[in-house]
Amino acid sequence: MAILEVRNIEKHFGATKVLNDISFSLEKGQAIAIIGSSGSGKTTLLRCLNFLEKPDKGTISVGGSVIFDADDPATQRENEVRRKRLHFGMVFQSFNLFPQYTALKNVTLAKELLSQERPDFKEHKKEILEEIQAEGLELLAKMGLSERANHYPRQLSGGQQQRVAIARALALHPDILCFDEPTSALDPELTGEVLRVIRSLAEQKTTMIIVTHEMSFARDVADRIIFMDGGYIVEEGPAHDLIDHPKEERTKQFLSNYSSP
Amino acid sequence: MIEFFTSNTFQTVLSALNSGFLKTLQLFFITLIGALPLGLIISFGSMSRWIPFRWLGLWMQRRLPPAGESGASPSLSLWQHYLRSVAGFFQLFRPVALVTRLLVWIIRGTPLVLQIIALFYVPGMKDWFNWPSGENGRMLAVCVAFIINYACYFSEIYRGGIQGVPKGQQEAGQVLGMTKVQIFRHVTLLQMIKRIVPPMSNEVITLVKDTSLARVIALQEVIWMGESFMKGNSGIAGLVWPLFFTAVYYLIFSGIVTVLLGQLEKKLSFFE
Repeated sequence: MAILEVRNIEKHFGATKVLNDISFSLEKGQAIAIIGSSGSGKTTLLRCLNFLEKPDKGTISVGGSVIFDADDPATQRENEVRRKRLHFGMVFQSFNLFPQYTALKNVTLAKELLSQERPDFKEHKKEILEEIQAEGLELLAKMGLSERANHYPRQLSGGQQQRVAIARALALHPDILCFDEPTSALDPELTGEVLRVIRSLAEQKTTMIIVTHEMSFARDVADRIIFMDGGYIVEEGPAHDLIDHPKEERTKQFLSNYSSP
Repeated sequence: MIEFFTSNTFQTVLSALNSGFLKTLQLFFITLIGALPLGLIISFGSMSRWIPFRWLGLWMQRRLPPAGESGASPSLSLWQHYLRSVAGFFQLFRPVALVTRLLVWIIRGTPLVLQIIALFYVPGMKDWFNWPSGENGRMLAVCVAFIINYACYFSEIYRGGIQGVPKGQQEAGQVLGMTKVQIFRHVTLLQMIKRIVPPMSNEVITLVKDTSLARVIALQEVIWMGESFMKGNSGIAGLVWPLFFTAVYYLIFSGIVTVLLGQLEKKLSFFE
């Protein structure tokens, strides 16, 4: 069964329709890439999954249970939304690290706060916090940032900041990890280190949705690709097929802009 | 020269000015203690998105024929046009924000001197209530006026600070499953404090000097004391220098405040 099932999502900003009848599904361990020009609705779609925007129509299901239904206000209660967000991890285009905390604290903060809700928190406070700390260090090591654990974001390069942001998202063990143009705010020479990390996550069968402008990266890393235009899904298919043999005219046109610079 | 500083006159003036400045300090700190938290409450009020009459607006709208629909349905009458805009108003009407912004406008738009005079004299004239008599009553009235006035200025600084924190910070907290309170406490607050320290320093240094406005209802703060030696105090009269000597007190105190706030600013420079 699909881990994520998106059905007929629609979103308006005032009179403009930014998402139109968006449906797709994602299997556990799969990576899906969403490509398309600016303003095609890619980012809004990710934001809907993370409950940062509320779709006007449609449903979102994770692991077979409906976590959002535009017609059912019971699925939109503030308190539950907070918990439901944890199904998804989000890596933002502009990192959005917390500037006043070290890299390590950025990774551990949310988990520390969540652990306060555990019934055994008071009893085992010290062990729990130490465990979170150790896990945070381990995640930073995975990102190749062991030496940077006690640095503040402003002391890190863009690529390092984005890797901290990835570690931060992974710390909560989301079912699905979302990337919103993770390398768009980076200098070209820094994109490689971030893409490498995402690639290794894909090799470890992390379930991911990656909004990106890096076509060759999408082709290599993603299992499937969705091409969006004007708020619609124009074409969807296995990554290699879609990039190498696009069916739709609009997709061909879009891809030709990338291959012939 | 040395004789002057050891003279009885100087000693008398100095101890009078000291006691006056103690009152100045009292007013300064009471204002800060009251206005800093009150300002935060006012800033939340001015940013309130509470729209309690939304249902009324929506209810009205449902009962009115839709606009811009041509064809068989008759075009809207003048009344219906009017009701439509009323319905639209109710859907956006934020009463808390409106009232607090009105308050801030009035307080910031009129002189503090006028507010002190009004607050001190009008309640008695109108038989609403009386301030306690004597110096204590004057101090109390002045403190209330200062707290309200400075809270309004602070509220705008807070608002700027809160709205100046990038929205992505809040969103990052949200997607990590934090509650609104946690986001404010652990994410936004310190960034907001960092942003408000420079404008706040300005305002606090202004407050040091604004305390002298209390003189207008004869609170015996340092300016009043200095002036008193012109007319006569403790058997001394006709002296002008005590009034100008009060400047030394303000300079030293605002100097200390500047250094302390500068240190705070430096302390917060470990992040951007």
